Amino acid sequence: MTQDAKIILYRFTLVKWYFIICKVFQAVDLHPEFKTQESIMRLILTHILFLSCFMTGCSGSDPEYTPDGRIIVTYWEKWAGFEGDAIQSVIDDFNVSQDRIFVQRLTVSQIEHKLLLATAGGNPPDLAGLWDRNVATLAEKGALTPLNRRLEQGGIQKQDYLPSLWSLCEHRGFMWALPTTPATTALHWNKAMFREAGLDPEIPPVTLAELDEMAERLTYVEVIRGGEPVQLYYPELTEQEKAAKDFRLLRVGFNPNEPGWWNEQWGAWFGAELWDGGDVVTATHPANIEAMSWFGSYTEKYGIVNYQRFGDSTGEFASPQNPFLDGRVAMVMQGVWMYNFIDQYAPALDWGAAPFPAKGDLIGQNISLISSDVVVIPRGAKNIDEAFEFMKYLASRPAIEKLCLGHRKFSPLAAYSDSFIEDHPNPAIGVFIELASSPHAEPIPKLSIWSEYRDELALAANRVYTGLAEPEEALSDAGRRIQRKFDRECQRWALTGEQRMKEWAEQ
Amino acid sequence: MTRDTRRRLTSGLLFVSPWVIGALVFSLYPIGMAVYYSFTDYDVLRKPVWVGSMNYREMVVDGVFWRALWNTMVYSLFAVPMSLGLSLVVAVLLNRPILGRSVFRTCYYIPAIVPLVAVGMIWIWLFNGDLGLINHALTLVGIEGPQWTGDPAWTKPMLIMSSVWQIGGSMVLFLAGLQDVPRSLYESADIDGAGPFNQFWHITVPVVSPVLYFNLIMGIIAGVQEFVKPFVMMPDGGPDRSALFYAVYIYQNAFQYSNMGYACAMAVVLFLIILGLTWAANRLVSRHVYYAGE
Repeated sequence: MTQDAKIILYRFTLVKWYFIICKVFQAVDLHPEFKTQESIMRLILTHILFLSCFMTGCSGSDPEYTPDGRIIVTYWEKWAGFEGDAIQSVIDDFNVSQDRIFVQRLTVSQIEHKLLLATAGGNPPDLAGLWDRNVATLAEKGALTPLNRRLEQGGIQKQDYLPSLWSLCEHRGFMWALPTTPATTALHWNKAMFREAGLDPEIPPVTLAELDEMAERLTYVEVIRGGEPVQLYYPELTEQEKAAKDFRLLRVGFNPNEPGWWNEQWGAWFGAELWDGGDVVTATHPANIEAMSWFGSYTEKYGIVNYQRFGDSTGEFASPQNPFLDGRVAMVMQGVWMYNFIDQYAPALDWGAAPFPAKGDLIGQNISLISSDVVVIPRGAKNIDEAFEFMKYLASRPAIEKLCLGHRKFSPLAAYSDSFIEDHPNPAIGVFIELASSPHAEPIPKLSIWSEYRDELALAANRVYTGLAEPEEALSDAGRRIQRKFDRECQRWALTGEQRMKEWAEQ
Repeated sequence: MTRDTRRRLTSGLLFVSPWVIGALVFSLYPIGMAVYYSFTDYDVLRKPVWVGSMNYREMVVDGVFWRALWNTMVYSLFAVPMSLGLSLVVAVLLNRPILGRSVFRTCYYIPAIVPLVAVGMIWIWLFNGDLGLINHALTLVGIEGPQWTGDPAWTKPMLIMSSVWQIGGSMVLFLAGLQDVPRSLYESADIDGAGPFNQFWHITVPVVSPVLYFNLIMGIIAGVQEFVKPFVMMPDGGPDRSALFYAVYIYQNAFQYSNMGYACAMAVVLFLIILGLTWAANRLVSRHVYYAGE
């Protein structure tokens, strides 16, 4: 049955019930005990109730139009603030260029949950701005519209995009989204703190050993000597003082748990794989265990309580009390967006960005974590063709560059217009583009259970960091738990996969 | 049934129908569906697949499930009696004719009406290991406070302490109950030479025992279902999942990991746990409850 036929049937049923109820009330009203006033009240209430049901039947089914007759395409976007303004200005350009379509943006918080419920309820928006991490999960569950045929017709090709970003939107051979504003991560360092500690402010660490050594030299502590507090750099502590860890951290050179957003993914710099690409999750990959040991080595050296105290004294990430912004952490791994926070909260900061250090064969390989905001068409969207029309516009170089400049990120497209980098406010934008172009730009594993896997790995990292478990033990606990869930997911796919792939190919 | 009584019945049923339909549609149907989903593999988007008792068997071997249950039980075991005892004591004190009684009553009640999310945020700051007021107060008496939110050993005590602060609701009920205690009983006790403690134990407690009983049952139900504060204060369950509560784990499964089937099974088990605890409380306590009308 088509959607329209269903709606007609629904309304017909409602009208039928409406008359039945009216009849019942009429019968009741014949009873002498009922006063006329009451029965009129009741009738009015019933009318309101049923008419409102009838109106509900109307919403969410037919396309809506602007007064000048353009189809309204609803677009849910998570960004507010200046990022929201940037997407709105691209939408405005599109709307001006159109006489058929009008894109209406709605800022939606907790967009993943709301989209899930709206899609399950059969009333999703026409477009939604999500993260790449949602693509595999939602696609596998049939919540998105595959775009392959439309992309082909619209002339949008893989080679137009940076390969790493295009592949973020692929799952099981289908394209589910287009990247909009991408990001890579890099080491950010505070040049003034380098200078003060006697390090060359223009030379960031390249190997992990250098990072660890520089971190020591940049760490500034307070220790009690002979009853008096003494402030000095960490290497100046005696061996006993170091072993006792009885000092207070005033400034931290580097802490892999700051801000703690990627604790599950440090393995990338050690050559670890978190998934074998088939049916096995490889949390206990030797390189991942090595990464976890490195992660835990920081608390072993500087003391968990010292870190916790230091952490307690720092403010929100997006505030002037961010410890990197207020000059209390010298080096931090952050994404391309960090410039926005520096610009807003610490414009005087003397900083640089470089590829995060690696070890062994991976030194100089430009390893980074890559992610992107993406735009999708949910399953059950009313105006798929019109929504795609906007996606096509968004994929054009002028539109996407305007958006990415507004977000102060780099463009997901392979080619840039001449002015893009010149106009870009972030002085280090070249580093992030180079990282995105590297074959070692690491995305998250494309697993439908990633969010659960991620939480388990983050917990494992926390257990190692706080000294509650050894790296191998923590990772094998996490791996075992996730493997059980993943087996179930694989079984389900074995039963339904073929059917799904067929459906997707037809869409 | 005569024509007239049938008519009366019909109109009566019609009048109550909004509530009957509301209960069926918004309570009974969702409960029924939750029970059904608990036997399926369901992720909200795809059709549920019948898996029999798999979710329940999974629970038996799921270490996190047991951890969450343990955390919740430890919390309830301490938080419920402590809140109950404290609210009764406060109610008794506030029932005495003291100066500014209504002001005190209001002050003690206010925490009960503060939104829980705000309460959670405030406690996070109060329990901050380095800058928190609580640790600052402890240093004044020469104690170095723990890392409340960072140390797995201290997360549950922290939540228990913060729960005791919100005794306003049960306190008001106790206050109402205390109004029912006949003055003559105290007067007789006075004449017989009973002290304040004996009066409290042998007169006040028995007379307010129905309120005590009600508050106990409600406390158990609320304690086992505790969600907002742990979720706001430690959304990922805190260090080593030491503050992962049962209801938070249900939420994680239902809305973060899309394991709705498993979440429904957990909800069913929670229902059975509450049923069991209430039944046990009923068996143990109800004999000691005194109803004036009986």
